[in-house]
Amino acid sequence: MSELLTGSAGERRLFLGNEAIVRGALEAGVALVTTYPGTPASEIGDRCYGISRQTDLQFEFSTNEKVALEVAAGASACGWRVLCAMKHVGLNVAADALMTLAYVGVKGGMVIVSADDPSLFSSQNEQDNRYYAKLAGLPMLEPATPEEAKAMTLAAFALSEQLKVPVLLRTTTRVNHTRGPVTLGELAARPGPGRFYKDPFHLVMVPAVARQAHVRLLAAQDQARALAETSVFNEISGAGAWGIVTSGVAGTYAADALTELGLTGKVRLLKLGFTHPLPATLLGDFLAQVSKVLVVEELEPYLEDGLKAIAQDRGLSLTIRGKGPGLFSRLYEYHPGLVREVVARFFGVASEAPVPLVPEKILEQPLPDRPPNLCAGCPHRAMYYAVKIALKDLGVEGIFPTDIGCYTLGLLPPLSMADYLICMGSSVSTAAGISLATGQKVVAFIGDSTFFHSGLPALVNAVHHKHDFLLVILDNGTTAMTGHQPHPGVSLMPPGYPGEHVPIVRVVKALGVEQLWVVNPFKYKESLAATKEALTASGIRVLISQAPCHLYAQRLSGKRRTARFQVTKSCGECRDCLDNFGCPAMYLEKGDAGQLQIDQELCSGCAFCVQWCENIRPVGVAGKGKE
Amino acid sequence: MALTQNPEPKTQNPKENLRIFLTGVGGQGTLLASRLLGEAALAAGYNPMVSETHGMAQRGGIVVSTVILGDLQSPLISAGEADIVLGFEALEAFRALDRCHAKTLVIANTATQVPYPVAIGQARYPSVAQMFQRLAAQVGALLAFDAGALAHKSGSPLAVNMVLLGALAATDSLPIPAQDILSVICTRTKEKFLASNLQAFDLGAAAARDPGNWQRR
Ligand code: SF4
Ligand code: SF4
Repeated sequence: MSELLTGSAGERRLFLGNEAIVRGALEAGVALVTTYPGTPASEIGDRCYGISRQTDLQFEFSTNEKVALEVAAGASACGWRVLCAMKHVGLNVAADALMTLAYVGVKGGMVIVSADDPSLFSSQNEQDNRYYAKLAGLPMLEPATPEEAKAMTLAAFALSEQLKVPVLLRTTTRVNHTRGPVTLGELAARPGPGRFYKDPFHLVMVPAVARQAHVRLLAAQDQARALAETSVFNEISGAGAWGIVTSGVAGTYAADALTELGLTGKVRLLKLGFTHPLPATLLGDFLAQVSKVLVVEELEPYLEDGLKAIAQDRGLSLTIRGKGPGLFSRLYEYHPGLVREVVARFFGVASEAPVPLVPEKILEQPLPDRPPNLCAGCPHRAMYYAVKIALKDLGVEGIFPTDIGCYTLGLLPPLSMADYLICMGSSVSTAAGISLATGQKVVAFIGDSTFFHSGLPALVNAVHHKHDFLLVILDNGTTAMTGHQPHPGVSLMPPGYPGEHVPIVRVVKALGVEQLWVVNPFKYKESLAATKEALTASGIRVLISQAPCHLYAQRLSGKRRTARFQVTKSCGECRDCLDNFGCPAMYLEKGDAGQLQIDQELCSGCAFCVQWCENIRPVGVAGKGKE
Repeated sequence: MALTQNPEPKTQNPKENLRIFLTGVGGQGTLLASRLLGEAALAAGYNPMVSETHGMAQRGGIVVSTVILGDLQSPLISAGEADIVLGFEALEAFRALDRCHAKTLVIANTATQVPYPVAIGQARYPSVAQMFQRLAAQVGALLAFDAGALAHKSGSPLAVNMVLLGALAATDSLPIPAQDILSVICTRTKEKFLASNLQAFDLGAAAARDPGNWQRR
């Protein structure tokens, strides 16, 4: 049974922030959870999937975040409590629904988790989604710890039902992926079937209805502001003539900084958890009591700008600072030492920052990087190799719009198979633009899950407008990068997964693609021949590379392949495998001067390299020895 | 003021703050080790914060995590502020020198995992002996031994994390009794790995008791 379903009220457990959110939702009696997997929110879906197999919780990995939000909205309209989780950029995809759902409102409580990623640990940007709360006019809670994440999730459902609008729970990676003690409450039962009551003049957003709905949304915001004024999530500690206003995990750094600098008697700390709408009276009163304020928040000056506006309203002229030279940056995640230093500087107290040791200097030589790499035996590398060699043989340069998944790692040498990337699904549409503008040979790469997420409309567009490029769909049967979640085209799935299989081949054909190749990338001769054909044809062409994610297939079967490969002859000057392929099982003995070898522990036994290099033979067939 | 009515922890957090930094390569079990430490600390009545790296970094990249005990709320460790470093791999242990201060205890695996740029001859893996010699000169104490070999010996090559936990528990630098760590390992380990995990833990503890593995300033 999932750990999140056990334990009695009052018990303390060590939960990941994401697990705490799930526990909070279960204690609120959530009936449906929807998501599209994305780091740092992924574990919310993973845990809920597990729970949905063990209880009557409804859960789905939706095809994208907009779909996830709309499925949740429909259920909420029937009275169910629903939670919809996504990474920050996912909310861009769902934004169309979000903006007007704020008008439509909800019936059952609805919590939308937006997991932001300062420092871009695994994202394409570090946008600050607090502005979405402002843009949509929705209440927002911002937890700093797993304990708060649980408490706020629980509170958010009630708040949503009280105000009849969705509530945004805005986290950051450091909250999602921190484990901390969480105090359990009682699990709530789920309500059973809901019912849809017709009310088109409130629920169908045509202009006349929406005009009234906007009035209701503004009224809900006023009500939300009043609730923020007295929220337990906005707390003041310490005393003194100076102030700090903070939110999120940055608040923990600020609190530690005040303790460590001995400033708790000099600086009042206002830690905000209910951050939209801002509690103008609470903040105005706070500002009126201090002579200068430092705003400690990661990313954009969201609170800082709000505070300055409130000070202006109240006719206060104190100093309010946050972002700027010598203070905080709008870039990247903060950390305790950095916040301590800025706090010390701003309030003019001494801080004994340790002089950091620089490993490279102490060793007097650079330390090698350790870039992430596609696994040994990864099907993406095999497909990339075929495209690379096919282009080489044909003597043409390829331009590679790429997409989001494990295969984005194809950016790194020696593969170097990524030239342009914006967001989910952009490979297909940007390929159209590039080929239109240049006439160059464009080969776009997209994964199976990403294809279902947002590749479909772009491919229909390419068919309709007769664009000229090759789209390679890297179908590894799962959503590998985020932890192997299923999607409509899955071939590898967790045991008991109930989803209906929607084969990509059928979808692509149905979209009107007439030039279609399906290959197993591990059959080199065939995939190379098909790739060459596909490259030389013109118009819109799709090549589907079908082979399961090696890592997940192995994990599901619990078995390792037993075949292993080795280099049996001296390679001389040849470095083809290192220059074009780069399997992590391959290495050079004694640095760059030595003979190529295959690490038997790392080799996955995929038997791909052996098909194009005569020097590589199976272990045991050509004997142990090498020349 | 607490946000929710938290029951008071069974015991108070230690007066002394303790920041533990764990670093290794994807697949080495650093996250499990930090989680087990956190669970043991929670069982002992502390308020641990454990932060983890997930996502892209796990495809053979560097995976770091932190365990923080004491009167601290921050889940992260800044440069120069780790009291204990657990290095699961020689190079990564040395790279974590930027987290260390003059009194840091570093417990490091001397076994190496060659990064890809080194494997293909584009970069050089520094001499392990030299890295540890220079590291030892900067920190409070260095406990270094081949944890990979001990894991092999225990019958579970993947148990480097258990070996290092055993060594850490045997150093007496934790406010948590070794018994608490062991009992968390017992509840968190699958039956079939339990014997080898416990043996790995013991081998690590034995390594910590061998003065030949220590370098102190
Ligand atoms: S997890 Fe799967 S898809 Fe991702 S790199 Fe590894 S084998 Fe390839
Ligand atoms: S068979 Fe070749 S390509 Fe496949 S994992 Fe082993 S060394 Fe790498």
